[in-house]
Amino acid sequence: MNLAAAHPGFLSPTGVEVAFVLVGLATLGAALLTVTTRQLVHAALWLVVALGGLAVEYLLLTAEFIAWVQVLIYVGSVVVLLLFGLMLTKAPIGRSPDADSGNRWVALAVAVAAAGTLVWVVVDAFRTTWIDLGGPAQGSTEVTGAILFRHWVLPFEALSVLLLAALVGAIVLSKRTGRER
Amino acid sequence: MHLAYPAVLAVLLFCVGLYGVLARRNAILVLMSVELMLNAVNLNLVAFDVWLRDTLHAGQALTLFTITIAAAEIGIGLAIVLLVHRNRGTSDVDQLTDLADTGTEPGPVHFGGPGSASIAPGTDNPDETTADQALPARGQTA
Amino acid sequence: MTLTTLAVLVPLLPFLGAVAGLLLGRTAPGFVRPLAVLPTLLAFALAVTVAVRQGTGPATDAGTRLTPTGSVPVDLAVHLDGFSVLIAVLVTLVASCVQIYSTGYLRDDPRYSSYAALVSLFTAAMLLVVYSGDLMVLLVGWEVMGICSYFLVGHYWETPEARAASLKAFLVTKLGDVPFLIGIFALGADAGTFRINGVLTAAASGQLHHPTLIALLLLGGVAGKSAQFPLHTWLPDAMAGPTPVSALIHAATMVAAGIYFVARLLPVFELSSAALAVLAAMAAVTMIGSALSALAQDDIKRVLAYSTIGQLGYMAGALAVGNRSAAVFHLLTHGAFKALLFLAAGVVIHAAGTNSLATMSRMRDLRSRVPDAMWTMAVALAALAALPPFSGFFSKESVLRAAEYAAEGHQAHVPSAVGWTVLVAGLLTALLTAAYATRLFLLAGSPPQTRRARQQRDGETSVPAPTDNHFRTPVVMNAVLWLLAIPALALGVTAGKLPQWFDGTSLAPTLATSVLGVGLALVGVLVTYAAWRHTETRANRVPIGAVVAPDSVEPAATEAAAIAAHPQVYGDIAGAPDPADPGRLLLGPLHRYAVHGFGLDVLYSKAFVRPVLAAAGLVRFLDREVVETYVRTAGGVPRLLGLLVRRAQTGNVQTYLSVLLGGSVVLAVLAVLVASGA
Repeated sequence: MNLAAAHPGFLSPTGVEVAFVLVGLATLGAALLTVTTRQLVHAALWLVVALGGLAVEYLLLTAEFIAWVQVLIYVGSVVVLLLFGLMLTKAPIGRSPDADSGNRWVALAVAVAAAGTLVWVVVDAFRTTWIDLGGPAQGSTEVTGAILFRHWVLPFEALSVLLLAALVGAIVLSKRTGRER
Repeated sequence: MHLAYPAVLAVLLFCVGLYGVLARRNAILVLMSVELMLNAVNLNLVAFDVWLRDTLHAGQALTLFTITIAAAEIGIGLAIVLLVHRNRGTSDVDQLTDLADTGTEPGPVHFGGPGSASIAPGTDNPDETTADQALPARGQTA
Repeated sequence: MTLTTLAVLVPLLPFLGAVAGLLLGRTAPGFVRPLAVLPTLLAFALAVTVAVRQGTGPATDAGTRLTPTGSVPVDLAVHLDGFSVLIAVLVTLVASCVQIYSTGYLRDDPRYSSYAALVSLFTAAMLLVVYSGDLMVLLVGWEVMGICSYFLVGHYWETPEARAASLKAFLVTKLGDVPFLIGIFALGADAGTFRINGVLTAAASGQLHHPTLIALLLLGGVAGKSAQFPLHTWLPDAMAGPTPVSALIHAATMVAAGIYFVARLLPVFELSSAALAVLAAMAAVTMIGSALSALAQDDIKRVLAYSTIGQLGYMAGALAVGNRSAAVFHLLTHGAFKALLFLAAGVVIHAAGTNSLATMSRMRDLRSRVPDAMWTMAVALAALAALPPFSGFFSKESVLRAAEYAAEGHQAHVPSAVGWTVLVAGLLTALLTAAYATRLFLLAGSPPQTRRARQQRDGETSVPAPTDNHFRTPVVMNAVLWLLAIPALALGVTAGKLPQWFDGTSLAPTLATSVLGVGLALVGVLVTYAAWRHTETRANRVPIGAVVAPDSVEPAATEAAAIAAHPQVYGDIAGAPDPADPGRLLLGPLHRYAVHGFGLDVLYSKAFVRPVLAAAGLVRFLDREVVETYVRTAGGVPRLLGLLVRRAQTGNVQTYLSVLLGGSVVLAVLAVLVASGA
């Protein structure tokens, strides 16, 4: 960390950095569209773009396994689930003028204030910190598998129980009882 | 690579998700925004893990866990939204105001009545909810 | 069994009977009557045994100390001498008669079980007072009597009169009990013991440092209990209770307690001439005032109540002149004939269906319908009027003799002025007593003349007595009357024997006071008779009176209805606007004051009740308007603030979250600024 002076500054970005920033901008734009668009289904589609962009960012950060998991779970299942939800709740197709609640301006103020504060703090703290992406890949499937099943196996198994509970819960919640019919 | 790039991107994504949570009306859109916030956190975790070169790779492991939990959360969340929609005929969060203090003692509240449908999904109170709803179709009207 | 054991059993039996009656009254109604009558009868037998075994011998004392109290010790002690054993016999006799009489009088009463239990408890308390050798134990019995009288006077609590009367009886006697309690403490502190013997020893040896103060304080309680001026006002009102209760209170238990207490502690009172003078003045005012009031009453029971006050005045007078033998002698004879009078009055009220003398005087056949009651009442009234040879004559003469003895200055410790006061008041009261006794008898017991009966065919002005188809006085009630008539008639002959039981002073009548007393009594009788002959002709001109109660119901219900209806019919609870009343002629302008006890109640009401009510009103105002304003403000301000805060509670989760996160941002910024030292 005290090697900051030895590393290039912001004005001389490396190729990885350029790619990261460009993809980051795209991700951010897609996220913004997700939360602002008036067409509900479009929001879900823009979410796909944002989540996919993040997967690319993970790749750029050499976290290869996380990236594929991101694509598989988020883009593959979560977004599909969300789309199902939209359909099942009979969300209107097309522009709906009341997609945003009356709380919008307050939300904007809070979000901007939070963003300003956090950006200031983060930039102030990590202005000179440098990530060394060289060396052996840190997030390859092999490495990830090794640490998961060597060090993290107990939480991993516990998590499977949690998933099972969530599965059962979701089924119970969405099941129609006989009386309703 | 500078750590500031992923960190700032995570902050911005988080705040965008925050805005979405606070501003969106449809509960499913709110859930999407929550996903954005979770992903911002994931990005942070990965970035710092890579920077610190943690031998245990706690950041990445935690990211995997978060993704799992997020999947579970979205499943449960969607089930709840579906249930609310089925009982109330709407999934708009700003109409679910049963907790409001109306200044009167327990009586008819704005919407949905005191029938706390999200707690007891089986309650049959079809009349209370249909009147002011743009979405008349109901799960249990049969 | 030893004498002490027997004596302890005497109060214990009625007490156990009362407890059993209260416990079993609901579950086993069949046992109520035996439980009421048998313990009292047994106690009577035991009391007679105790009296016989104690005899004229020296006083028996026994006591046990339960536990040390740290200061003046309290003992469970009995003290048996001639006074206590004879009064115990009287108490148990009257209580037995009352219990037997009540089985007929309240035969259908739904609250009979609790009534009988309370009468038993009342008896037990009085016996405790009589036998107790310790002032603290005596006080227990004294206070139990107070609460029992409250319950029993208020037996007909459905009527407002009974409620007011019971409260009044309780409060007035309690008013006297406060100085009484302080007096007992002062006495105990001075003497170093609560044992009566110890107190008397201390009094004899001059250990009491504040005799006047103590005696005056004790007199407060005595005046309350024994209905002496100025605390006598509860007794006439207590007539709202059932007649047997009146008989019990007046003859044996409640009012006798005060006289008995002074008699026991007479040496303490004799230490203070001032106390004796106060007692004499109290007695004189009580005697004359009550006799005048008795002459004006319309309610037969109120006449008897005022006569009780007057006779108690005699006893208090005898005590004031330092002769307790005479006082207790009069207490005994008075107990006998006053119980008889009340019980007979109960029968008469039942038969007449009213308690008003004005109405009874217009009934043609009242005497023929209740001949037993009329005959026995005549005996008792003669005893009350102190005509020889009835018992009242002997006891009253003993009082007058004692007063004369003191007036001549022979009695130690007693100023002769005290003796004169009692003597003059006693003689005057003898005249008045004879007058009101005669009036009572003439109005209640003599039928309208046949001469007037002829006139009645033209205009029916007399009140028809209730038809006697269903009328029947319960046999037990008549039996009790004749039983009591024996002592009322003959108790006087014991005057020669009694001094051996008592202090030894002779109780036989002397010539001078006898002639004077009997002469005055005869004057009273004759004057009243003349007045009655003069006024009775008006009776058929003025129709008055109403029979309010059917006689087919039980006697107690008749009486309750009569008492409740009296103010409505005659406009007053005590008097009736009857021009045929000889008392009205005799009293003249005094009559309207005498009816209401010379306005003492009004005076009390103005002097004490109203200021207290006004003060209560002020307190209420302060509470309602001032204190509550603070309370309301203290409640209102948070309420207003709550209204403001409530507006934020929209129920919209997004609003909540926005505020939460906005606040978090502000806090985070502040934290960062502080951390970075900006």
